[in-house]
Amino acid sequence: MLASMRNELAGLIERMTGDEKHDWAAGSTIDVLWVLYDRVLNVTPDTVDDPDRDRFLLSKGHGPMSYYAVLAAKGFLDHDLLDTWTSFGSPLGQHPDRVLVPGVEIGSGSLGHGLGLGVGTALGLRARRRRGRVFVLVGDGELDEGSNHEAIAIAGRLGLDRLTTVVVDNSSASHGWPGGIARRFDVEGWHTATVDGRDHDALHRAFTAAHPGRPSAVVATIEPEEYT
Amino acid sequence: MRDVFVHTVTDALDTDPRLAVVTADISSAAFDDARARHPDRVVNLGIREQAMIGVAGGLALTGLRPVVHSYAPFLVERPFEQLKLDLGHQDVGAVLVSIGGSYDAPASGRTHQSPADVALLDTLPGWTVHVPGHPDEVEPLLRDAIAGTGRVYLRLSTRENTTAHPIGRFSPLRQGSRGVVLAVGPTLDTVLDVTSTLDVTVLYASTIRPFDHAGLLAAVAGSRPNVVLVEPYLAGTSAHGVGEALADVPHRVRSLGVRRDVEVRAYGTPPEHDVVHGLDADGIAASIRAFL
Repeated sequence: MLASMRNELAGLIERMTGDEKHDWAAGSTIDVLWVLYDRVLNVTPDTVDDPDRDRFLLSKGHGPMSYYAVLAAKGFLDHDLLDTWTSFGSPLGQHPDRVLVPGVEIGSGSLGHGLGLGVGTALGLRARRRRGRVFVLVGDGELDEGSNHEAIAIAGRLGLDRLTTVVVDNSSASHGWPGGIARRFDVEGWHTATVDGRDHDALHRAFTAAHPGRPSAVVATIEPEEYT
Repeated sequence: MRDVFVHTVTDALDTDPRLAVVTADISSAAFDDARARHPDRVVNLGIREQAMIGVAGGLALTGLRPVVHSYAPFLVERPFEQLKLDLGHQDVGAVLVSIGGSYDAPASGRTHQSPADVALLDTLPGWTVHVPGHPDEVEPLLRDAIAGTGRVYLRLSTRENTTAHPIGRFSPLRQGSRGVVLAVGPTLDTVLDVTSTLDVTVLYASTIRPFDHAGLLAAVAGSRPNVVLVEPYLAGTSAHGVGEALADVPHRVRSLGVRRDVEVRAYGTPPEHDVVHGLDADGIAASIRAFL
């Protein structure tokens, strides 16, 4: 990430205080979020209701400070709203609410819901002959939730090539993923890639790689020592 | 009722491009022909009930109208948080259609019984709940639900009344002065039978949410304010609806339904379970006579 952009996002994030326990979650996702909104997603503040837009679903609703910061940097949110974060009447809370924030595609917070919604969204876009793609961000710890695995399996069977799942792997899962997270998707028929979650070019290549006839899983690894 | 459901939805799929069907194996084969014609809008997910509701939420986010179908415990109880979050919190709609109900198949045991389905949905805002008592009531209720955008629960049953009755608001079927008996869905025939010699008003409801406050209030205005609720699911599920309708009227309430105080560890037949829950003719008659 360019130093100037990193500084701008850090400045925006610092305006949201009071959820420090999730700083690590926010710090882990910021590069993925920036690459998606800066270089991949076909959506702007003027097209949040366009039926052909790309959809980004933050399944891992914890630590959305990075998400809000990127949305603010890209013009989806008024910067001054960041100062109202978690106050009564603010649209910005510790878990995002799609009804309160234009451009936020799903309300999330309870883990393990985004992938099911993402599968349905990808199916709906296919049924409606829409061009949009669906990107779902989950955490490696969140993958403990069994509901994810219903969605992972059926997405592979249905060949949802409009669907990309980004797993931000910051080693949060209490019992780990023996053999690697990508393996879990690979056996269900997904196209998979594992990349450095700080390498913007690598993330971009993985997000835009062709995967005809099957969904894509991008595991973005984050070294724990980077945010301590 | 299930046959009417399948026929109605299959027919609607051909004319309504918004409509989609999501199943989790149960009844999936009944939609094979529809799936062949509309493979992108008729989806069987396998035995994945959490995904079933999540997928329905995602479909609704793209503007489709999902109809989601399974056995009641697997449609409402198992994926309850998905109902709360993937539909309600996302502010999208769906039509849930269940079979099995409270104890339509008691030989299957407790795992296949869901007497608390309506009570659970009642904890969430914005749900319409239909409890038809006859197959002929199913199609108009279903077509109305499909045409809408909200969250609707259609509770089908193998227990049926002998004739269909008007749908929508509470329907007065008999007038009396000693009290009002509100019969929900398939409980009606038994209620009509046991009250045939009693001086009571009988109301029929195939739609129990939203609760028809005006309908009950009007019925009570012509009778003593003694209300007996007869519901084919958890006893007292709609007692708060009675309380809200009659907030300014001193009244008495007796709630009949599936017992809350015991898990009935027995197989057998639905009529045998009716006896255990006091929902057979003798049980309902005794309760009403004692109350009045």
